[in-house]
Amino acid sequence: MKAIEAKVVILGSEGVGKTSIVTRYLKNVTSSDQGPTISASFFSCKLYLDGVKVKLQVWDTAGQERFRAVAPMYYRNANAAILVFDLSQHKTYRDLKMWAQELQRNVQDPMILTVVGNKLDLHATRTVSREEAFLFASSIGANYMETSALNEQGLNQVFLRIAEGLVRLANENKSQTLRRYDSSNSISAYSNVFADDDQAFHLPSVHLGIPVEEGDVHSSDVGRLETPSWSIDHIAHGSVETTGWCCY
Amino acid sequence: METGSSTPAGSEENFEDFSDGTVDYQEVEEEENKHSIIQEIRNELSPEGASSSNGFKKSESFASVRSKDFCESMEDLDVSPDDYFHDKEWIQKRKHIFILSSAGKPIYSLHENEGKLATLCGTLQALVSFVQANNDTITSIVADGIKFVFLIRSSLILVAATRDNIAVQQLQMQLNDVYNQILSTLPHMTKIFEKRQNYDLRKQLAGTERLIDHLLVNDTSNKKITNNVFTTLTNTVQVLPLSTAMRNNVTSAIQNNCSKIRDLVFAVLIANNKLIVLVRMKKYSIHPADLRLIFNLIECSESFKTAESWTPICLPKFDMNGYLYAHVSYLADDCQACLLLLSVDPNVFFTLSDAKKKITEKLRRSHCLEAINEEMNNRGVNLRTIGIPEMRHFLYKCKVSAQLLCAELTHPYSSPSEFDRLYSIYCDMYHRIHNNLRPLKLIYHVGEKELVLAWVAQAYELYAVFEPTIDKNLVIKLVNKLVRWVEKEQDILFIKNHPNF
Ligand SMILES: Nc1nc2c(ncn2[C@@H]2O[C@H](COP(=O)(O)OP(=O)(O)O)[C@@H](O)[C@H]2O)c(=O)[nH]1
Ligand SMILES: [Mg+2]
Repeated sequence: MKAIEAKVVILGSEGVGKTSIVTRYLKNVTSSDQGPTISASFFSCKLYLDGVKVKLQVWDTAGQERFRAVAPMYYRNANAAILVFDLSQHKTYRDLKMWAQELQRNVQDPMILTVVGNKLDLHATRTVSREEAFLFASSIGANYMETSALNEQGLNQVFLRIAEGLVRLANENKSQTLRRYDSSNSISAYSNVFADDDQAFHLPSVHLGIPVEEGDVHSSDVGRLETPSWSIDHIAHGSVETTGWCCY
Repeated sequence: METGSSTPAGSEENFEDFSDGTVDYQEVEEEENKHSIIQEIRNELSPEGASSSNGFKKSESFASVRSKDFCESMEDLDVSPDDYFHDKEWIQKRKHIFILSSAGKPIYSLHENEGKLATLCGTLQALVSFVQANNDTITSIVADGIKFVFLIRSSLILVAATRDNIAVQQLQMQLNDVYNQILSTLPHMTKIFEKRQNYDLRKQLAGTERLIDHLLVNDTSNKKITNNVFTTLTNTVQVLPLSTAMRNNVTSAIQNNCSKIRDLVFAVLIANNKLIVLVRMKKYSIHPADLRLIFNLIECSESFKTAESWTPICLPKFDMNGYLYAHVSYLADDCQACLLLLSVDPNVFFTLSDAKKKITEKLRRSHCLEAINEEMNNRGVNLRTIGIPEMRHFLYKCKVSAQLLCAELTHPYSSPSEFDRLYSIYCDMYHRIHNNLRPLKLIYHVGEKELVLAWVAQAYELYAVFEPTIDKNLVIKLVNKLVRWVEKEQDILFIKNHPNF
């Protein structure tokens, strides 16, 4: 296997920073605030992992109530979901449970799930504790990570971790919808303006399951760039075989 | 259901042959249940057909009720004051728009928080049902110098209140636009209310209020000075001027890259609230009111500039019972024209995304992007450049195509208060011309601050504003000069027909 192509959907209440996370990660936006997302925007990006090209088709969705009626059209056949909440707004965390349940009910294929607590820069006013969010993430078989889209903290890790999970999913051959290719050139059908090869993200090859940095779980050093929130120990908990519809 | 035949319900109000002598009133009357066009297109494309999804019931008719009794009963009503009734600023707003559920629950208010208007909404609902009990429908009442205009739709009551001298029809048109805006994001609203009459629609409307607010831009509180407001008044759209050759290039770029996409119903290219090109599926047409909803959505949504979007949208005049799926994207970083590809199939995003890329490439090669960019900052006809400096402003409505041409807004109408006055003048003229009881062909009005001429010809309507001291003969000469100029330039200024894919 040389390449995989996966659909990733970002869900969560309005204003938690979904659009900021993806646009800051792709660094394709000069001005910061674009206002509310209408239904869903499409982004695509590529990562390279151990010689495997991972192409992500990312759907950044709107969080408004009325969006729920049309949400299935965006998460149908998704291979990964990023569930974002604002860690300074407890309600957005509660809303995530609804999204998790909805995915659980409606997506049959295994999925890589990541819960993201965004706005880490507002940690002084956080209302959702790490432990609480982590336990919830574990309970749904998801990774838990914290980010600050504002300071561009932790964004690479989120996407890298997802890519790793997707590669594993592809290797295990459990997913019907995950597209695998034996040549890395075969993914060209829907090239995107942001995904030209010269703009792709060549990340250092990282072995699966190895945390990017050790000991960060004890660190409150939020100022440091790319702080992963959880150590290998926590992730190991998170990957305990759960419901079968989700890996990692 | 109105008709079971295969004639699309939209055909009687074609964009092309949309002529509207008395249309204002029909506008608000025509909301009867329609044949589902989206279903029809799906059925046609796949003969087995998807399951039918229309089951909306609706029966509303309009009767003008303005008997003395109601005014009196309005005053008799013991209205216990809501919080805002003590708020001077709130009371003195020039116009209020309220939306309530048929059960009287506040849903939306143009100014301030609708949640605090429970009493007022209860009163308005009581009025509506009082009249309904007599098998009649309330249209408007005047109480204490304030005109209340009602629009009653299944599940919603929309009310406009103003002290201004604006025609009832004009306010009803606006309310109808608001109603369409709600349907556009929530076509399943009626179903929600059928299930739970007491449902709090505000949750579902979150995010739509912004669009409604923007629709009602011609309010004094909004300091924007733009010709866009005149499109609602005249039920038209504006067109981006472009040479015939360039416009044809754009059209064929779209046609060539879309002709094989079966479920594509419309391709709409717009820039700065103006239409560049509309390509459509054979037999189907788009109503100016639906186009205005599209313009409104694009204008309100910066986020479309960040990335390609894929959004369900209901165009109520086209089919009020279902969604079209819109691929929305700006052509290029260096050309901020927005292309919408509207399909009945929710699964064709990537096909449309691909088509869009090819369209942009083609337009770049044929220098259309530059041509569009050049016109993008066009803010209307410059009356000096065309040699008619004595005219201050005009609206020229091409009747057959429902398209509007305006002069650039310059001194003295570039200040908010003067612009607002200009808007009132046009409102007044428009409704005197389109008065149901006594429609007029020509109005020549000499006011204190300006001289206004309104003139209905066979093919167009013209509203022109001059210096107050100008001589009558000169007015006639200048109007003729303008009309001749527009005729000469018409191929650039208007779109005469909308091609098929
Ligand atoms: N302080 C802080 N603000 C953020 C962060 N991420 C996003 N925001 C702000 O939160 C608001 C909503 O962001 P947006 O990305 O549009 O949220 P979305 O509705 O989930 O897509 C915007 O004003 C952002 O600037 C963050 O990490 N920290
Ligand atoms: Mg967003």
